[in-house]
Amino acid sequence: MSRKSYPGNKSATRRAVSAGLGAAALAGFASFNIVRAQTAALKVGVLLPRSGVQAGIGQDCQRGVDIAPGILKELGLPALEIMNGDTETKVEIARSRAEKLISDGAQVLVGAFDSGQSTAIAQVAEQKGIPYIVNIAAAPQITEQGYKFVFRNFPTAGMILSDAFANQKELFEAAGASPKTAVFMHINDTFGTAMKGGIGAVMPKFDLPYTLVDTIAYDPAARDLSVEVAKAKATGADALLMVSRLNDAILLTRELVKQRWSPMAILSMGPGWYEDQYLKTLGKLSDGPLSFVPWYDPNKPLSKKLEDALAKAHPGVNLNTNHVYTFEALLVAADAYKRAGSSDPKALADAIRNVNITNNVSPGPGIQFNEKGQNDKLKGSAIQNRGGKLVTVAPKTAANAKVEWPLKPYDKRG
Amino acid sequence: MPPEVYLNVAVGGVLTGLVYGLMALGLSVIFGVVRVVNFAHGEMMTVAMYIALTLFSALHLDPLVMLVPIAAVLFVLGYALQAGLINSFISRPEHNQFLLLIAIAIIIVNALLILFGPDSQNVQTAYGYQSFQYGPLIVDATKVYAASTAIVVAAVLFGFFRYTLLGTAIRACADNQTGAVVVGLNVKQLYALTFGIGAACVGAAGCMLLLIFDVTPSVGPAYTLLAFVIVITGGLGSMPGAIVGGVLIGLTEAIAGLLFTPSAKSMFVFAILVIVLLVRPQGIMGKRAA
Amino acid sequence: MIARLAEGVRLRTLIALSVLLVLFITAPLAASDYLLTVLTLILYFAYAGQAWNIMMGFAGQLSLGHALYVGLGAYTAAALFVHFGIGPWLGLLVAVPVAAGAGAFIGFLAFRFRVAGVYFAILTIAVAEFARVGFEHLTWTGATAGLFLPVAQYTHNDVWNLRGHPVMFYYILLGATVIAFIGCRALLQSRMGYFWLAIREDEEAARAVGIDTFRYKMMAVAISAGMTAFAGVIYAFYYNNLFPEQVFNISQSILIVLAPFVGGLGTLFGPILGAFVLETIAESTRVLLEWLGVDLPGTNQLLFGVVLLTVVIVLPDGVWPWICRQMGLTEQKP
Repeated sequence: MSRKSYPGNKSATRRAVSAGLGAAALAGFASFNIVRAQTAALKVGVLLPRSGVQAGIGQDCQRGVDIAPGILKELGLPALEIMNGDTETKVEIARSRAEKLISDGAQVLVGAFDSGQSTAIAQVAEQKGIPYIVNIAAAPQITEQGYKFVFRNFPTAGMILSDAFANQKELFEAAGASPKTAVFMHINDTFGTAMKGGIGAVMPKFDLPYTLVDTIAYDPAARDLSVEVAKAKATGADALLMVSRLNDAILLTRELVKQRWSPMAILSMGPGWYEDQYLKTLGKLSDGPLSFVPWYDPNKPLSKKLEDALAKAHPGVNLNTNHVYTFEALLVAADAYKRAGSSDPKALADAIRNVNITNNVSPGPGIQFNEKGQNDKLKGSAIQNRGGKLVTVAPKTAANAKVEWPLKPYDKRG
Repeated sequence: MPPEVYLNVAVGGVLTGLVYGLMALGLSVIFGVVRVVNFAHGEMMTVAMYIALTLFSALHLDPLVMLVPIAAVLFVLGYALQAGLINSFISRPEHNQFLLLIAIAIIIVNALLILFGPDSQNVQTAYGYQSFQYGPLIVDATKVYAASTAIVVAAVLFGFFRYTLLGTAIRACADNQTGAVVVGLNVKQLYALTFGIGAACVGAAGCMLLLIFDVTPSVGPAYTLLAFVIVITGGLGSMPGAIVGGVLIGLTEAIAGLLFTPSAKSMFVFAILVIVLLVRPQGIMGKRAA
Repeated sequence: MIARLAEGVRLRTLIALSVLLVLFITAPLAASDYLLTVLTLILYFAYAGQAWNIMMGFAGQLSLGHALYVGLGAYTAAALFVHFGIGPWLGLLVAVPVAAGAGAFIGFLAFRFRVAGVYFAILTIAVAEFARVGFEHLTWTGATAGLFLPVAQYTHNDVWNLRGHPVMFYYILLGATVIAFIGCRALLQSRMGYFWLAIREDEEAARAVGIDTFRYKMMAVAISAGMTAFAGVIYAFYYNNLFPEQVFNISQSILIVLAPFVGGLGTLFGPILGAFVLETIAESTRVLLEWLGVDLPGTNQLLFGVVLLTVVIVLPDGVWPWICRQMGLTEQKP
């Protein structure tokens, strides 16, 4: 995709000119810039779907925002002034809120969990020349549009799948057993469809021990998943391969119990199966499922800090993907602000582009962006529910426990 | 696919459909008498679900036990709503009532979000994970209890309208409003009572649905739509029609999910509605309006 | 023609309308980008509301499924652009007939079988929901993964391909709203317009005096649907991504009907005023809550609901007829 020249509207041109001047003057007035940077907090507009259909996830992401200031301070990073915007789970509102935050002085935008809303925000950010860091959203298109101000520290659907299959093979080897057949169930929403689309292309590369006997898509608004589970059970597959959300993960588990079907393994490649609500609601029945997801590396020092901060701010909430990647988006903003030494959007965008944070939370070498603004070095983990807690079982470099295999049958759990 | 799968799925669909039917019954009763289409129906049910949920988590009271008190609370709410607001809209055009109830629906959804948070919640009963097995047939225990209760509640309601004086008065009011006024009935009060009864129905249905499904603040509109589809399929204003419609829709969802991709099953539900509207616009059990 | 359109319009009404138009034309010079986004949304709902008003306000057919036509328009034009490189204005030549055809299909089924009132409203919702689930399975348009248009650039305005700065969309929607306003007045003054009003007031009587009610109701649905499709095309090229869950959502339909209801059903200025009032309420409650430091998700929609409830109770036939009564202006509910 060709690179387009810098936006030509009034305000942006003014900004470009001042950026140019700023860069020229930087050498001479560097000390002045740094002083200014230390005094004024960077204004970060955080856009999340905190009401409407995705309210649950949006408010969970917000917890990652809540714990950020203390940790950033500890890391010696400049302070952020958080400006909250609720997208109400609507594309139109996401767009107008982004405009509002920018007009109120936001210098960086962060958000918005959902791919549609994120795309709407990305356009505003790009037009205004304000850096936008996507916290979570897996639609590959977001970083394939040639945007220069949009960055994503979250894996695309293809990356999630590749890591999932690699980690699955590692686990099968460790367990000394593997399923021969699997049935693939997925939610028919943006994420589920992106994953289903990727599976055909990615799966053959991994020479997996199992074959897919059936693919069952279900409605995100489904109130009842008894039919879906009956259909999956009838295939007689060894394992259940899943892409779901929270509600449906709970419904599915309940149906597995009621319909008396315990597959050898539940291999989930999305949210739901590891979330607090899942563990709390299902108790003993929540143990066992494996989730192959963008997670955090429990062995990294910063992870411990995040866990402690979250335990303090929200007791009883386990650290998860939503918190980690929302936090890391803010981490990138603070880090870039420190290095740029100014809140000029162009300078900030350049600083974000050259970010290299190794003291981070997510698995992999750290946070760096490729020329498309995508962090392509992120690694996925495999986690398992164990007694209401979560342990990382793969990859070996980011693991803190061994896998339990196979899934303990639901009717033998007392 | 093994044949018992069809049987399992069909039985599950019928049981769920019975509870759907009870929910839609409330809508049908209200429309049949008051002639107001309750666009806040599903939202009212989520209110009942949250009351049941709160009672369960605070005092461990089973929703089925609490069914009568919660229905009573909803009755009072419904009565107050009709007496305080909707009665003054009776003579106004249909779209005005629609707007009024949409506003009420928006208020309910967001008040619930503020009060209870966005996470989906449910109750954990002792029988929550039980199922009965008869040879190859596996039946969800919760659904059996909920569906049986739905039948009982519906039967009580039929009895009320057929055999009590008040029920007869309400039916008279539905058949001929002017006539009812002439013979000295207080129509506005009867309307309020009817709306209360309709609300009590959703209250009871909410208690039962909470056993089967989780509740979130935003789930209301989906139930409103479902209730509409059921009631129009069965016949708007017809009480047996609501139950028949509920079972038909429950069964359609289940079988369509089995035969085709489950994510498209609601298409078949809407298709049934369209077909019924075209072939028999008054609904399966409805009387043709004069 | 022009003389006829202006006929019966008082001078001060004309002056007021001209002043308003000048205000709207000059707004982008003064408005911040944020305000411009809000104004664009107002025009979008004013236009879509005007289109919907033809069906309900003029001909008395309550549609609660106009998201269907928005979605069909949006997806048709976007798919033609993405797959075949056909620009939106040519795409419009396909999108409008597709939506009008869908409207005519619903109308044909409903009116032939005398489905009316609430039944008709539910039928429109059902078809829109049917289409939503259908598009969620249509891989050609990306299904639930979404249909993405190539990224918009902002350096120059390419009106032919609808790629450019938000101000361009603002003016296009402004033009559309003005044309819709004048067009609706022309329709109201036409023979068909009088037939519509007759059908709205008393369909049996209209039939008795020999009006082909089926035909004129069909015309109302088709025109309304076709006009709405244009709003969909703009939606697609403004947001650059489409998801069935968003475009075909029942809440889209509700938002479209709210503006004319609140502004004044069946009036020409009602949809515009209603869109303005509603967006202002929604945005100002957000600003108010921010100012108060209330960061409780759901509060602003709650307030919106309360205000809407108050408007419905206090001004049952809408804001515009009320203003007309207060100021003694000409446009009463026709």
